[in-house]
Amino acid sequence: MARDGEDTGMAKASKAKRQRKKKPKENKTRTVHANIHYDNAKGEENPNRHYASNKIKTTKYTVLSFLPKNLFEQFHRFANVYFVFIALLNFVPVVNAFQPELALAPVVFILSVTAIKDLWEDYRRHRSDKEINHMDCLVYSREAKRYVEKYWKELRVGDFIRLRCNEILPADILLLTSSDPDHLCHIETATLDGETNLKQRQIVRSFFDLDCDFDPLKFSSIIECEKPNNDLNRFRGYIIHRNGRRDALHKENLLLRGCTVRNTEEAVGIVIYAGHETKAMLNNNGPRYKRSKLERQMNVDVFWCAFILLVLCLFVAVGHGLWMFQYGDKRPVFDVLSPEGTDLSLVMSVIYLFLTMIIVFQVLIPISLFVSIEIVKICQVYFIHQDMDLYDEETDSQLQCRALNITEDLGQMQYIFSDKTGTLTENKMVFRRCTVAGVEYSHDANARRIAMYQEIDSEEEEFMSHGGTLPRRDSVTSHQSGRVVLRSHSTKSHRRTGSRAEAKRASILSKHTAFSSPMEKDVTPDPQLLDRVNECSSQLDFMRFHHQSMSHLPSGLSDIIDFFIALTICNTVVVTSPNQPRHKVRTRFELKSPVKTFEDFIKRFTPSRLTSGSNSSSSSSLNRSSNRGCSSLLSSPSTESTLTKLNEEHLSGTLEQAFSAFSPQYDEKPPDHPEEGELRYEAESPDEAALVYAARAYKCSLVGRLPDQVTVELPHLGKLTFELLHTLGFDSTRKRMSVVVRHPLTDQITVYTKGADSVIMNLIKPPDTGNTKGKRQKKIFCRTQNYLNLYAADGLRTLCIAKKTLSKEEYARWLQRHLEAETTIQGREELLFESALRLETNLHLLGATGVEDRLQDGVPETIATLRKAGLQIWVLTGDKQETAVNIAYACKLLDPDEEIITLNADSQEDCGVLLEESLRYIQSKFLCNSRDPSTKTFLSNIAHFEIYPQSSLSSSQTAHFMVHRLGLVIDGRTLAYALDKSLEDKFLAIARSCRSVLCCRSTPLQKSMVVKLVRNKLKVMTLAIGDGANDVSMIQVADVGVGISGQEGMQAVMASDFALPRFRYLQKLLLVHGHWCYSRLANMILYYFYKNAMLVTIVFWYQFYCGFSGSAMIDQWYLIFFNLMFSAFPQLITGTLDKDVSQETLQQLPQLYMSGQNSEEYKPYMFWMNMVDAFYQSLVCFFIPYFAYADSDVDLFTWGTPITTIALFTILMHLGIETKTWTWMNWLSIAFSVALFFTAALFYNASCPTCYSPSNSYWTIQRLLQDPLFYLLCAITPMLALLPRYFYRACQGTLFPSVAQAGRQLDKLPSDTRRNVLGLSRFKMRSLLGAGPNFLSLSKPKVSQTTTPGSSQDKQSPMKQTRKEKGQKIQLVLPHSHAPSHATHSPRLSGKPKPHSTKHSDETLPPPGPSSPSQTASPPLVKQMVSIHLNLPPDGASQCVTYTQSSEGGLRCGRVAEPAHRTVPAAERAPHTSL
Amino acid sequence: MVKEEQEESSNRPDNTAFTQQRLPAWQPILSASIVIPMFLLIGAAFIGVGVALFITSRDIQLQELDYTGDDSEHPCFKCRTNTEKCTCSMTFSIPTLFKGPVFFYYGLTNYFQNQRKYGASKDDNQLYGDLDYFTNPSTDCDPYTRDSKNMPIVPCGALANSMFNDSFSLSHTVNGVQKIVPLDGKGIAWWTDYNIKYRNPTLNSVFFSGTKKPTNWPKPIYELDTTDVYNNGFINQDFLVWMRRAALPDFRKLYRRITHDDYADGLPAGNYTLTIAYNYPVHSFNGKKKVVLSNVSWMGGKNDFLGIAYIVVGSMCVVMSVVMLIVYARFKFAEDV
Repeated sequence: MARDGEDTGMAKASKAKRQRKKKPKENKTRTVHANIHYDNAKGEENPNRHYASNKIKTTKYTVLSFLPKNLFEQFHRFANVYFVFIALLNFVPVVNAFQPELALAPVVFILSVTAIKDLWEDYRRHRSDKEINHMDCLVYSREAKRYVEKYWKELRVGDFIRLRCNEILPADILLLTSSDPDHLCHIETATLDGETNLKQRQIVRSFFDLDCDFDPLKFSSIIECEKPNNDLNRFRGYIIHRNGRRDALHKENLLLRGCTVRNTEEAVGIVIYAGHETKAMLNNNGPRYKRSKLERQMNVDVFWCAFILLVLCLFVAVGHGLWMFQYGDKRPVFDVLSPEGTDLSLVMSVIYLFLTMIIVFQVLIPISLFVSIEIVKICQVYFIHQDMDLYDEETDSQLQCRALNITEDLGQMQYIFSDKTGTLTENKMVFRRCTVAGVEYSHDANARRIAMYQEIDSEEEEFMSHGGTLPRRDSVTSHQSGRVVLRSHSTKSHRRTGSRAEAKRASILSKHTAFSSPMEKDVTPDPQLLDRVNECSSQLDFMRFHHQSMSHLPSGLSDIIDFFIALTICNTVVVTSPNQPRHKVRTRFELKSPVKTFEDFIKRFTPSRLTSGSNSSSSSSLNRSSNRGCSSLLSSPSTESTLTKLNEEHLSGTLEQAFSAFSPQYDEKPPDHPEEGELRYEAESPDEAALVYAARAYKCSLVGRLPDQVTVELPHLGKLTFELLHTLGFDSTRKRMSVVVRHPLTDQITVYTKGADSVIMNLIKPPDTGNTKGKRQKKIFCRTQNYLNLYAADGLRTLCIAKKTLSKEEYARWLQRHLEAETTIQGREELLFESALRLETNLHLLGATGVEDRLQDGVPETIATLRKAGLQIWVLTGDKQETAVNIAYACKLLDPDEEIITLNADSQEDCGVLLEESLRYIQSKFLCNSRDPSTKTFLSNIAHFEIYPQSSLSSSQTAHFMVHRLGLVIDGRTLAYALDKSLEDKFLAIARSCRSVLCCRSTPLQKSMVVKLVRNKLKVMTLAIGDGANDVSMIQVADVGVGISGQEGMQAVMASDFALPRFRYLQKLLLVHGHWCYSRLANMILYYFYKNAMLVTIVFWYQFYCGFSGSAMIDQWYLIFFNLMFSAFPQLITGTLDKDVSQETLQQLPQLYMSGQNSEEYKPYMFWMNMVDAFYQSLVCFFIPYFAYADSDVDLFTWGTPITTIALFTILMHLGIETKTWTWMNWLSIAFSVALFFTAALFYNASCPTCYSPSNSYWTIQRLLQDPLFYLLCAITPMLALLPRYFYRACQGTLFPSVAQAGRQLDKLPSDTRRNVLGLSRFKMRSLLGAGPNFLSLSKPKVSQTTTPGSSQDKQSPMKQTRKEKGQKIQLVLPHSHAPSHATHSPRLSGKPKPHSTKHSDETLPPPGPSSPSQTASPPLVKQMVSIHLNLPPDGASQCVTYTQSSEGGLRCGRVAEPAHRTVPAAERAPHTSL
Repeated sequence: MVKEEQEESSNRPDNTAFTQQRLPAWQPILSASIVIPMFLLIGAAFIGVGVALFITSRDIQLQELDYTGDDSEHPCFKCRTNTEKCTCSMTFSIPTLFKGPVFFYYGLTNYFQNQRKYGASKDDNQLYGDLDYFTNPSTDCDPYTRDSKNMPIVPCGALANSMFNDSFSLSHTVNGVQKIVPLDGKGIAWWTDYNIKYRNPTLNSVFFSGTKKPTNWPKPIYELDTTDVYNNGFINQDFLVWMRRAALPDFRKLYRRITHDDYADGLPAGNYTLTIAYNYPVHSFNGKKKVVLSNVSWMGGKNDFLGIAYIVVGSMCVVMSVVMLIVYARFKFAEDV
């Protein structure tokens, strides 16, 4: 399934198109009748006959259509058309140069290679299609009156299908009955969206009441639904019964093709969409084709080649004209008349010759280059795929290359746009702390526990590296799951089993269970909160016992219990037990369906029913599991210790009682078979699971969930079953979800809502300040808000929990409209949305939770390395600013040493002013710094420590702007303003000069807009990485999209070019594979151009000696097969395997990556250098044999064959010079090439004495091999031809090695020495890197002159007041006080911002020149000195601000809890100007 | 345990040196320490070879006689424009013994035998003796396929049509008496041409009936050498030599070898007379005709170029290595200090 998913691509698209054409008149809906009533044989009457059958065909070709279709497709490529044109030209007698049939050879070869590749791919598709089409399924047969086995392909829309457990769904099926008593069918959708948790699907509501077995013969309803579409999460329609009743159909009723039935013994459904019309098939997109930057560059040079070709041909043609002209009327004997015997006119022969020359010189346009590039890229993709380092053992996934032809782009990235959640972080949510009713519970023990995991991770790694796996293994084998050990043994074993390696193992053992690492599951409860929970539940118990109304509970306490109930039930978590992972825990007490009709509602909410408490009916079947769940919780050693501690410290008497009341409970239930009792929660999103686990720590455990009821186990109260009336699922617009339940204790209809704080806090019922209760509410509200801010500052994800009780009348009113909304087809989403909005108002705030989203392994290191590699990293996240900033600090995206510019604006104008100011600030600060000569000298020394800024200067594309040590934080709203046409240039000007940019609260659209803006305006290569559906647009816009194949589904992966299991693999993917792919391909392309030009120009020189007649001394066979065969293999091997620097060095020296960013391997001039070199080499290869054979009786091919041989040797040795690593494959390929040439030549020259007209070089090579002169020529010519290049390379390697060459020299060192060298300071490294930086610094003095004197005038007036007057919300956050002169410009200027064009913004920030390491390196300077005085000597030209700075160590030490508020007070800045 | 896990995880890539791109490899680094000695070594070797070649080439004797007759003083001047049969003779002297075996070449300059259409204008099958192509020659030969009476021409094509038809005889003046130097016309063409590529139909004149001689030829192909059956028709050595196209516009072709009688060891010093049957017109393309007498060494005819080239390239290598040494010393050592 998955495989065919990849391949479908175009076939499907075209098919869909065809379909559309066929039935243009069909209306918007699809009507499905059961096939039962129409005999399948009589197709004409079958109303379903128009719908696609379930036979899938993803192949492009049939046996007959292959040739024409494939050729047609291939001729879409311009190059192929060109080559065919040339080959056909050969059939015209007047212009032909070669044997016409032979001239076809290259084109036929190329076409057939591609055709064979296509054929093979198509065959694979065909095989997988066949396999899929021939899978079995049970279809109801009318004749047999039972279900019979049929192939998938025989399935038709309207068929009834019986599904069995673990069967894969053959088509999109409407679920009609299920063996499950809850009318459910569980499916696993991993093949569709990668989510491994079970999804519940319900049978169509009208079939609920069907008690007997479903009989297809009696089915007479008609289904109307929407036309096939690719939205997996949407299905709308209704079923019309015979009696005219209509029932709505939801996506919950539809089983999608490709999913697997789980936990359901049997289900029956009717096929709605089949074959190519299924949602799964419509979602298949083939591999993407993009043009890489390198290829674009190459295409330019291909056009240059074409230009050169035309020039050469024209030259020869004109030369031929002149040559003929000189003879005048005297026809020499060797000038041949036209075939007709007439004398050709001069002009005509020139034109004919021009065409002939195009044929002769055709190789100049590298015909095989395109094929070679494809082959090399396939190999590169294979190698990337195979890399062990990019394989994630935990998830058993490896890197996927979904785009096959942009591997080399990976080596040229300049900007990385990253999502945060799930990309930088693990998306594994760990409950950290919570606030209930305005009281914060800090969960210190929990924090310690989480910290411990991190330590253990590192410990474990060492432990493992020493090979001591025995004790751990022991502990694993003795128990089935790691959790067991954790429960029953000491802290030590807890630590051991809790370690990540164990988690890894556990997750491998039960691969399909998500979110189950012990770290997420074990929450150490906060003792204080635990007490309160106990207190409250015991009170409740007491009250229930005494039949008191629950509403008498103090609101603080009731809030607590409600809070936990909300955590437990306000979600979509499914409960399973671990040893039978896919078996739902049965906790059903009575068959009850959710309220679906109004009558139902009336019926069910009669007083008689309301009195019967459902909680009393706990059955024995449930008892066991719930007790286990409880005991397993309580036996947690950490809990125990906390409790003891708690006992000692502050326990009131009542609480003590409460404790003694239940402490025996867990004593008397030793964990004898603990693994059975363990409940596992499967959630759609990890934070849901985290909250459920958290609640369980407080013994509020979810023990069962059915569509209509949720069972919760509470301390003292036992099991409570909540009747689930509605679930209003989470969506990103509402940013919240709600459940409507009937509370079993109070019998009230209660709405529990959970959602983003920004949303929920606005929906809270405004407290009535009149009474004390209202005041208290207000206080709670404020406090909670405070704590929320605090959580966010800690980098926690915050969620608010709220509730609302509804009166029955209110509910009835709402329900009526809701049901109406549910049954409409058109606009149902909107109506449901509105309906949800109506319900979720006037909420009562319960509390808030803080969930930690842990950083993925190695994220800070990866970011640091990538940054050293000269990549700009932007993080675009939808999270709150505070959270985002803190995560940014945690992953070292922002540096505490950095200044941070925060842009928060409320309006377009504010935003404009803000941008202007920031721009001026950056300008003034960094330009002034650099003008101070003393600083400069000082900094230039320091600069050597920091390779990064220096090298970033050399990236000449962005040379106008330098990257300062600045961070930019911008929120979504400001971003929206900043992305406006009028401001985007300014925004970019600021953003590009900042080292890191963080966009918070950005929508998916904004993300893609930012990427697009940067990509289009800065003309840089962008990479977007993300894991979720919200990153898809950004991934698609970027040059390279990378998806994280994590837990948030597959949308991002589907849209991406590369899919990584982890963020940290990006480092190797870019630095190693990207670099290699780029440098390999760049070198190969250049080599190709050289090679072809070299061969062609040899023939060109000969034209001077054959009367410009288009004659070639190189035999036509050699000329044609030279590229295709003789010289093809070594370059393919080199292009695939060559490593300029080893992967270790590439990773340890990220600076090497910049060669790719700056396109250093393939710059435009290099093409011309190669051309010049090719000219030179061809001259040598031509004239040495020329002079050596001058005045001799040599014949044409005896002279031409040595030239061919020499050219081959030269070309191969040239490749040898360019090859950096020689493996046995390189040697073999070169040997093979030479052997192939000689074998081919020997055979060719011996094969036929009369064939191969017009050349016919019979027995030439055989004679040459006996001639010593031949060997003498072969020795000297390549030597002389390659001498300059070799000399150049040698000089370069010795005297001024590039960074890559230095890296290569590092590779040669023994590994420990190398590590030492790399470990040493960068200073040492610099000396190793040679004199490069010295050369760079020559241009330094220019920098100071670029500041315009005019602008410096403005900088003198402080800006602070102006800003305050305008009342803008500006934060210029400065970690140290060393930047006093920031953002100083005259109020006059800020008052009327000038219109800004790109040009203008470029002017406002004058280019600081290509190199001034001093500027960028200023922060390290600050870092090292406590106090610096930068005093500019008053020289006439400079009117720059000088100022005294003092940087206090205290300000920098560590990142402070609230970095967002580190605005430096104005007083600390002491600017004074000196003129 | 590792093994177990590998079985479990199906997606795990193969851990081989090839897939992990860790094949053992040799990484040559072009650094001074390797390059300088290498260049010196190569330079020395090349100079050695070059000297040897130069000496060999210098030992080869060469006698060139231009008989185009452009100069009015020249004995062949009269034949330049003469369309009738014309004979002229030139005398020359050889100061020292011209070591044998001496090769007798005729040379043409400015003659583009390598012209593309000219070279293609022949029929290999016809020359192979295939009778089908006698009556119906290949279109490659156009317009030299049929004569005005539409009779097929054998051998067809421009190449054969323009065959060189001057003939030479050499006599040695010994004591005032002209002594004919015997010229050996056997084995001057390639063995493969004579034996494989070109074949005569078994009975000459019969099979050539119904065909016409090339327009420029004075006699048909089967009368090229009536004295020797094995030198007649397509396998006539002069014809074969001519049909092997020269690579460059200034070329020489082997005419005869002097290997017989008294002259087997070479031409003794003395005066010689070259008698030329002057037929071939060259003034239309400003060509020159000449006769070359030369002896050959193991490396072919006289050519100083290759020896010089070797010496030059060798010297360049040496110079380069010295330059590199100097530069290297200036930069590298200074930096290290």
